[in-house]
Amino acid sequence: MSFKDKLLSSYIALEDYLEFDSPLHDIRNEAIKNFEEKGFPTKKDEAWKYTSLKSLLKPDYSVYSNKERNVELKNVRKYFLHEIDTYKLVFVDGVYSSFLSETTHDTLDVCLMSAALNKSKYKPVIEAYFNKTAKSDSLTSLNTAFTKEGAYIHIPAHKEVEKPIEIINFSTGNEDAIFLQPRNLIVVGENAHVQIIERHQSLSNNEVLTNSVTEIFAEKRAYVDYYKIQNDVSTASLIDNTYISQQRDTVCRVHTFSFGGKLVRNNLNYFQHGEHTDSTLKGITILEGKQHVDHNTLVHHTAPNCESHQDYKGLFAEASIGVFNGKIVVEKDAQKIDAFQQNNNILIDDKATINAKPQLEIFADDVKCSHGCTIGQFDEEALFYLRSRGIGLKESRALLMYAFANTVLESVKIPELKTRINKLIANKIGVSLGFEL
Amino acid sequence: MSKYTEDDLKKELETKEYEYGFYTDIESDTFPNGLNEDVVRAISKKKEEPEWMTEWRLEAFRVWQEMEEPDWANVNYEKPNFQNISYYSAPNKKPKYNSLDEVDPELLDTFKRLGISIDEQKKLAGVAVDIVMDSVSVATTFKKTLNEKGIIFCPISEAIREHPELVKKYLGTVVPQRDNFYAALNSAVFSDGSFCYIPKGVRCPMELSTYFRINQAGTGQFERTLVIADEGSYVSYLEGCTAPSRDENQLHAAVVELIALDDAEIKYSTVQNWYPGDKEGKGGVYNFVTKRGICEKNAKISWTQVETGSAVTWKYPSCILKGDNSIGEFYSIAVTNDFQQADTGTKMIHLGKNTRSTIISKGISAGQSQNSYRGLVKIMPNADNARNFSQCDSLLMGNNCGAHTFPYIEAKNKSAQIEHEATTSKIGEDQIFYCNQRGIDTEKAIALIVNGFSKEVLNKLPMEFAVEAQKLLEISLEGSVG
Repeated sequence: MSFKDKLLSSYIALEDYLEFDSPLHDIRNEAIKNFEEKGFPTKKDEAWKYTSLKSLLKPDYSVYSNKERNVELKNVRKYFLHEIDTYKLVFVDGVYSSFLSETTHDTLDVCLMSAALNKSKYKPVIEAYFNKTAKSDSLTSLNTAFTKEGAYIHIPAHKEVEKPIEIINFSTGNEDAIFLQPRNLIVVGENAHVQIIERHQSLSNNEVLTNSVTEIFAEKRAYVDYYKIQNDVSTASLIDNTYISQQRDTVCRVHTFSFGGKLVRNNLNYFQHGEHTDSTLKGITILEGKQHVDHNTLVHHTAPNCESHQDYKGLFAEASIGVFNGKIVVEKDAQKIDAFQQNNNILIDDKATINAKPQLEIFADDVKCSHGCTIGQFDEEALFYLRSRGIGLKESRALLMYAFANTVLESVKIPELKTRINKLIANKIGVSLGFEL
Repeated sequence: MSKYTEDDLKKELETKEYEYGFYTDIESDTFPNGLNEDVVRAISKKKEEPEWMTEWRLEAFRVWQEMEEPDWANVNYEKPNFQNISYYSAPNKKPKYNSLDEVDPELLDTFKRLGISIDEQKKLAGVAVDIVMDSVSVATTFKKTLNEKGIIFCPISEAIREHPELVKKYLGTVVPQRDNFYAALNSAVFSDGSFCYIPKGVRCPMELSTYFRINQAGTGQFERTLVIADEGSYVSYLEGCTAPSRDENQLHAAVVELIALDDAEIKYSTVQNWYPGDKEGKGGVYNFVTKRGICEKNAKISWTQVETGSAVTWKYPSCILKGDNSIGEFYSIAVTNDFQQADTGTKMIHLGKNTRSTIISKGISAGQSQNSYRGLVKIMPNADNARNFSQCDSLLMGNNCGAHTFPYIEAKNKSAQIEHEATTSKIGEDQIFYCNQRGIDTEKAIALIVNGFSKEVLNKLPMEFAVEAQKLLEISLEGSVG
C-alpha cells in the first residue's frame, strides 16, 4: 500500500471522530478530495523541479498517535530559549504536552488548535480565518484534511505581547517512523505586536516527516516577527507551508535558519492586501553531508505603495543541495511597488549543488523590482589577508562566513535568540572563535 | 563514410560551379494539407535527396508523432492543427506584382522609413526585377571571394547533394531530431535553409547573410540552418529580414545549429520582424525556433537577437560550452506591443573548464503584450572556474502589459562564479520632461530612451544592421505612448 493510499484510508477512520455538522467537515472533505486528485508532488511539477519527495514517502509512517508522551524537561531544556521568559506551546509526537507548555487566556489566546476547533467561543474566529489564505496545493490540502492539533494564537487589537511565543514540536522516536501534520493559526489584531519562534526537533534517529501548515493573519498596522529554527537531526524531514495575509500598514518578517534536517522544504507565501505593507523574508542556510534545503518563496503584491525585501544566504558543504525559488508577482493595480530580492550562495565543496530560480512576474509599469543572485566562493584575497595576520585557515573561513551571513543575522530582534543562532552557526562550522560576534 | 580531407573540399570547390542560391529553384506547386510518412518522403524526393537523408527525416517524423506539443512557456495561443498545414509550398516563380504601385502602401511606407533602396523594396515585396540588379552583381563578386577562400555558402538542399559528408557528419549533432516537438517536426519536413562551412584558419571576409534569400523564397516555414566553423576560423552570420513580412503562414519552426570547432568563432545575429498580428491581436506568425551552438576548445559563439515581430515567440538560442576555455554570449532585445507574446532567453551549459558566458537581455513591453525572459545557466561538475554574468532588464510601458523573468541557475561546481541581476522599471517622467524641455516631442523622447536602454545589445550588431534595428524599435513602439 502506498503512503498516499494509507493516508486516504486513515482519513476514513479519522472521519468517525469528527464533528459532522461543522463547516470544517466540508473543508476537510474538499481538501482530501483535492489531495486524492493531485497526489504528492513529483519532479514533473515545476515548483518541485529540484526537490524529490520520493525517498521520503517510502518508510511506513505511523500517521497519528493519541497517547500523550512525556519527555523529561532536563533533556529538552536546551531546545527552549530558556534565557528569557516565554509563552510555550509544546507538542510531543503531535500531541500537546501540558507539562512542558506555558499557555495563557489572559487578554490574549495562546492555546491549542484542538481547543479552538471544539469550543464554540472560538467559532467566529475559526470561521473567519481558518483555511482562508492557504493555497489548495496537494500538501496543504493533506494537512487541512487532517487538521487536529497545533498552535492557536489570537492577539487582540492594540495588544503588544510582552514576551515571545515559542512553538516547539518534539518527536520522541517511540514509533519507528512518524508522520506529523501540525496546523497553526495565528491571528494578530489591529495594531498588535507579536514575536514567535518555531522549532521542530527530533529526539531520536527514527524517521520523521513533518508536513506543517501555518496561517498568519495580520490586521491593520499589526507587527509580526516570526523566526523558524530548523536544526533537526539528519533523519528528520520537514515540509513547512506558511501563508501570510497582510492588511494595510502591516509589517511581517520571517527569518528562516536552516542548519539541520535531511530534507527541508519551505513554502513561504506572502499575500499583501492593503497599501503600505512591508514584507521581509530572510534566511541563512548552512548545509553539509547530504542535506537538502529548498526555499520556495512567493510575494504577491496586489495593492499599491508596498515593499518587500528578501535576503537569503546559503553556504553549502560536502554533497549538500540548496534550492532557492523566489517569486515576486506584481499585479496591474499595484503601482509604486518596491520589491527587492537577493540570494547569495557559496559552494564550499565540489559535490555541493545549488539550483536557483529567482522569478519576477510584473504587470504594473510604475514599479521598482529587482533581484540579484550570485553563486561564488570565498574571496581568496580576503582569506589571505586574514591568514597573513596569523588567523588559521579554518577560523579565517569562519570569519568570512559570519560576515557573509551577517546582513540576515543583524535584523534578528531578540538578542538572546541572536546569541543562540550565533552559537548554532559556530557549532555548525565547527569553530570556536573565542569571542561573541 | 570515405575520408574527406580539406584538399578534397578545395578541389570540389574549384571544379564546381555553384549557384549562390538566392533562389530556390523548384517547381511551383503545393502539397495537399496534412502530414504523414508519404508527405515526408515526397518532400525528400522533391529535394532530390539521397536515401540516408530520407531515412533521417522519417526517423524524425516517427519521433515527432510520439511527442506532445510543449505548453510550459508563458504564452497563450491557439495550438496549430498540424494536419491542416501544407508542408511543401514551393514559391511561385511568377512575380506577385508587376510594379510597386500594386504593393500595399503601408508596407512601402515602412520600407521607406527603414531606408531600404527602391531596388531592395521591389525585391522584398516580391516585385519582378531586372536580373542585372545591383545586389545580384554584388553577389557575384562575393561569390568569387568566398570561392577563393574555400568557403561553402549555399542552400542546405544543395549542400545535402553536393557536400553530403559534411552534412551527414554534423546535421542533428547539436539539435537532435528528438530534441523537442518543433525541432522534430522541422527535422522531418524542413523545406530549405542555409549551409555554411568555413575551412580551417579562414577568416570569412564579409558578413554572410540570409537576408534576401528568405524573403525571395516566400519564407519557408521550416528552415534549417547549419553553420560549421572549422578550427581557427571566424564567421559573422546575419539572419532575418528587417522588413515586415506579410506572411500568412501561421507557423514558423526553424532550427539553427552552430558548430564552432577548436579556436573558431561564430557570431550569429538575428533581426526578426515577422508579422505580429493586427492591433486586435488577430493573425500573426507563431515563431517556434530552436537555435543552439556547440563550442569546442577555445571556441566562441555569440548570439545577438533583436526580436520585434511575431504574434508568439518561443526561442532560446543556446550555447553548449563543451571545450575548455570556450565562451558563450547572448545579447537580446525583445520588444512586444499590442497583443504580442514573447518567451525568449538562452541556455548556457558549461561543461569545459574555464568556460565563460555572458547574458544581456533587454525586454520592452507595451500595449497588451507579455514579455518573458527564460534562461538557464548550468555549471556541470567538471566545469572548473566557470564564470557567468547575466543581466535582464525589463521596461514596461502602460499597465496592461507584463514582464516576467524565469532564470534557472544550477551550479554543481564549487569554483563556479555566477552573477544574475534583473530589474524592472518604466520610463521616468523626469527623463521625458527633460527631453520635452529641449524641444524633443514625447514620441521621439521615448525612442531615444529605448535606444539608450537597448544600447548594450545594439552595439553588438554589425553596423548596417544596428541602424535598421534602431529604426525598427521606433516603428514597433509607435503609438504605444498614451
